[in-house]
Amino acid sequence: MIKRLKYSITALMLFLSLGLFAQRPEVEMADVMRSNGKIYVVVAILAIIFAVITIYLVSIDRKIGKLEKDSEK
Amino acid sequence: MKKHWWKALGVLLVFYTIIQGFLGGVPKMDILNESIRSLYFHVPMWFAMIILMGTSLVYSIKHLRDQTQESDMKAKEFALTGMVLATAGLITGMVWARFTWGAFWVNDPKLNGTAVTILIYMAYFVLRGSVDDEQKKGRLAAVYNIFAFVMMFVFIGILPRMTDSLHPGNGGNPGFGGYDLDSRMRAVFYPAIIGWTLVGVWITNLKVRYYKLLWKKEDVENNNSFGKE
Repeated sequence: MIKRLKYSITALMLFLSLGLFAQRPEVEMADVMRSNGKIYVVVAILAIIFAVITIYLVSIDRKIGKLEKDSEK
Repeated sequence: MKKHWWKALGVLLVFYTIIQGFLGGVPKMDILNESIRSLYFHVPMWFAMIILMGTSLVYSIKHLRDQTQESDMKAKEFALTGMVLATAGLITGMVWARFTWGAFWVNDPKLNGTAVTILIYMAYFVLRGSVDDEQKKGRLAAVYNIFAFVMMFVFIGILPRMTDSLHPGNGGNPGFGGYDLDSRMRAVFYPAIIGWTLVGVWITNLKVRYYKLLWKKEDVENNNSFGKE
């Protein structure tokens, strides 16, 4: 009798914990920036730094271009 | 837009290296681990530097033929950008060496060779700064630049190959096939070289245009002052 009770309690606990197992992947949001050990974050940061450098270079290029146009007159 | 395409291409290629360099597959190797990805950023610095130094050499030879201020200035500016890339290559190499070879500086022929190369090119700028006569400066610098380029090749291209080196492809008969590059890595590494070279040329191009404007302005001012007298 006690043995049967033990088994049923164990089974009940297992069933209860099953819900927790199922919930875990749902809590962890599977969006791109969090997957793969968050390597995408590093990629984004480097891309932003290079983008800023590029924008800076373009603005210098434009300023020089304007001066060149002015000096041709 | 027509004359700007190569700048956009350079920027796109570097963006491609940043993205594919981190997300693409790499061979799993001991000690190196993920740091093998540094190859996409550290090595292109040196390749781009060698290409820029080569361009500088071409303008130095051109200067010996035409003796213009412009070719001399271009030779100087390409060498300067090359030095910037060399500095970046050296510092990134030191960080990489610390975590794979154990120290920031190891007694490796390639490392010592690059140190000598950087000193040789520093001497190029010291030489330029120490001569006042423009004509003389141009000719001296051009001749020295030819010497500097040859020495660079000896110190980073030939000598490390004649002894044992920690760098791959050295100590023996290398060639590209000898590297631990697989096709996935080649697809990132080669575009990286082209991308960084184009970005380096762009930066040099900005400075060249700046000097041309400066000279034009000085010319106009001189003409004006002549007119007033």
